Amino acid sequence: MTSMDRRGFIRTSSTALGGLWVGHYVRQYPADGAAALAPVQLTAFVRIDPAGSIVVGARGCEIGQGVRTSLPMLVVEELDVPWSMVRVEQLPYALDAAPQPPGVRPRYGSQGAGGSTSIPDGWDDLRQAGAKARWMLREAAARRWSSQASVLKTGDGAVRHPDGRRASYGELAADAANIAPPDVVQLKTPSEFRLLGTRVPTVDARDIVTGRARYGIDATTEGVLIAVIERCPWFEGGISSVDDSATRRVAGVVDVVRISGHAPGEDIRHNLAAGVAVVARDTWSAILGRRALRVEWTRGPWASDSTRALQQRAAAQLQGTGTVVRQDGNFAEAAASGARTIEAQYTVPMLAHAPMEPPGCFVELGPQRARIVASVQSPGDVSRIVAELTGLPRLSIDIELPRSGGGFGRRLRSDYVAEAVKIAQQVRRPVKLIWTREDDLAHDFYRPFGMHGLSAVVDTSGRVTGWRHHVAATPRPRRDPGMREAPAWTGTCDPDAYPAGAVANYESRFSPVEFGMAPGWWRAPLHTFGAFATESFIDEVATATRRDPVALRLDLIGAAREQPYRDHGGPVFHSGRLAHVLQEAARLIAWNSPTPAGRGRGIACHFTFGGYAAHALEVSVVNGSVRIHRCICVADVGQVVNLAGLEAQLSGGTIDGLSTALRLEVTWANGRVQQRNFPDYPLMRLREAPDVEVHVVQSTRAPAGAGEMGIPSALPALTNAIHAATGKRIRTLPIGDQLRTGG
Amino acid sequence: MAVRFTLNGRDVAFDGDASMPLLWYLRDYAGLAGTRFGCGVGACGACTVHIDERATRSCSRAMSTLDGREVRTIEGLAQGETLHPVQQAWLDEDVPQCGYCQAGQIMAAAALLSRTPSPSDEEINGLTNLCRCGTYPKIRKALHRAAALLREEKAP
Repeated sequence: MTSMDRRGFIRTSSTALGGLWVGHYVRQYPADGAAALAPVQLTAFVRIDPAGSIVVGARGCEIGQGVRTSLPMLVVEELDVPWSMVRVEQLPYALDAAPQPPGVRPRYGSQGAGGSTSIPDGWDDLRQAGAKARWMLREAAARRWSSQASVLKTGDGAVRHPDGRRASYGELAADAANIAPPDVVQLKTPSEFRLLGTRVPTVDARDIVTGRARYGIDATTEGVLIAVIERCPWFEGGISSVDDSATRRVAGVVDVVRISGHAPGEDIRHNLAAGVAVVARDTWSAILGRRALRVEWTRGPWASDSTRALQQRAAAQLQGTGTVVRQDGNFAEAAASGARTIEAQYTVPMLAHAPMEPPGCFVELGPQRARIVASVQSPGDVSRIVAELTGLPRLSIDIELPRSGGGFGRRLRSDYVAEAVKIAQQVRRPVKLIWTREDDLAHDFYRPFGMHGLSAVVDTSGRVTGWRHHVAATPRPRRDPGMREAPAWTGTCDPDAYPAGAVANYESRFSPVEFGMAPGWWRAPLHTFGAFATESFIDEVATATRRDPVALRLDLIGAAREQPYRDHGGPVFHSGRLAHVLQEAARLIAWNSPTPAGRGRGIACHFTFGGYAAHALEVSVVNGSVRIHRCICVADVGQVVNLAGLEAQLSGGTIDGLSTALRLEVTWANGRVQQRNFPDYPLMRLREAPDVEVHVVQSTRAPAGAGEMGIPSALPALTNAIHAATGKRIRTLPIGDQLRTGG
Repeated sequence: MAVRFTLNGRDVAFDGDASMPLLWYLRDYAGLAGTRFGCGVGACGACTVHIDERATRSCSRAMSTLDGREVRTIEGLAQGETLHPVQQAWLDEDVPQCGYCQAGQIMAAAALLSRTPSPSDEEINGLTNLCRCGTYPKIRKALHRAAALLREEKAP
């Protein structure tokens, strides 16, 4: 290949590569003359200094799902250096100018954290980033030695010639930076992987255990003011009057400002609710100042509504026909000609995300630039919101991505960033907005509420010939600007989920149920919402028809095949992979062996975002309390990236699912949320948490993301096990006190 | 009247609002952000520190009560670069996911082990710090490992 001058290199790479990388950094780090000793940026994700230290950029939002470890692993595998030689560095959210609308494009590709997409999104481009850097280094060595690049080996942070010559990546970096790689570089085959599939510890673990790791809530600067907001507690309400005289007398309080909300029914583009912000020199003064506020609210159209009324509306809707979302064959005819129809209803509550680090945001606004430091999952939305509110070009908004104290979908909405910006615009000082836990539980984008009506038609031989799943739910798209075009059933109705496709007469229906909240995505959203109903009902059908629950599931999953799956995680669902994880879970818990006295076993499986998971539990119930004796989780995610991270996600996801099933719900009375703080939203604690036995299917298929698939089947596996142990069928979540005598 | 106490071995004085919870003093004034805010009502334990070697939820402990006390935070647990055995065990077991609650978990575990070198399962279950990521199985393993490390340290 011919050498190119730097300008030619930049031009070539930004057109041929879709503009993700390279050019920007070459400008920053000239590799010639006196600057040759400076660190050399090879691709946007790889920087090498002449002393040999190798810095790999982590582009994702780390919310505990492990992307600060796993995404750099994709680069490092192809860079072909030992993990121990690498230092990981967090990248900011970054845009470059682009000629096409909207005039900017992401410099580092996909940086958000949602839908378990980080790993699949990075599978090609991050491995290419590493492979291109390795290609450039090898080419540099080939030119230095007048050799063929193809005979040169890598592997220990150096390029080696068969004749024994050796040059470290550090020695080669400056030359390599001037060589343009081809558009696409040959990647390793799975059998060549040395890093992927191994257990790599969390990159920040030492900083975490010593208290040095930094989260959004830790951002600060000289003269920063702390803000807390008293928000309208009623959906779509507003401020009627404010008496802040007592607040302004609180020592440390600097200002009191109003935050506007959206009009009733309008999309929530910015902040969720109208409120009054108390701005102070420190957090405690702000909290005391807020306590002294006297605010009269306009209560909005939902002020007398309640969860009880909502449940009645949903139950009434389930009696109706709803709208058809999917229809295969003719369910009504199947029901008329079948031997028997089995029916049951299930209810799933609204949920709060409750990340351990509550929402919050640090913002510094200048006339020309804005700087945002916050724990977020959707930095692109942050960028758009700040641009909209400030009028600044998006290229002038700096967004740093610290670690987040959990996400669970809460931080897909950046309402708290909008609030912080609105405050900073009024007080004209750097501001850090703090949410208390009470704020968090009262002003979430909650997981929708729903009731599921399921019907199965069984013929005289016990074969399932018809299936109907009618969902009556608070529509997920309500007031969500990101879901303007989405049908009302999106996010609560999963028409392509099994047994769709395997039952000849299949019907999926949806009925919207009105409620005032603005819903959100809650970890494995559609799937935690629906799997409980489907997987409980399959158990009920098995009981009613005296079938084994595993055998019946295998029938309903059907022959191993790929079938279309239109929701996120598609375009196909492979029934054989689901059957396999189910069978593995059954094998591991010795499904066919006698259950110890007083215990029951339950099993469930589910397809989530391209991955396949199954849970098998063994439980007993004593005095109304569930004790989990064994808890198995089997997953097939395709190729494993970080085995340690995958196991952590599956174990933690399982515990999230069990915790949610046992006690979690958000309820309303008189239009207000009834849960105030953790004592009312009792997450599972150490005492109850089982050791989760995680088993991972070996595979070389392209990987799915694993941050969410550990949850959905955990809930019905638990309630199915409870039924096996006690005969009590849980049809409404959470389990709560339902297992107490007479409950 | 200033409140005087030791913070990670150093004498400090505080003459601000005596009702301020220790948590906000640590975070807003002492520059010790490793102690985390989770609930403000003593329910989650993310803000756990040691006061006179006992695990205490700093969000629920007013500055006025600290006169003459010895306060230790996560930043003061290691001896220089040598980690406390609980921290080391947390690393060895790769406990953290998001990591936000882990400073509190570690402080709670260290206080338990200083009093109960070989805790039973029941005593370990008495730790009520919340972890939203569900790292409990690893916390349990790390606690046992830390107990073993501490016993080794103390063995002659």
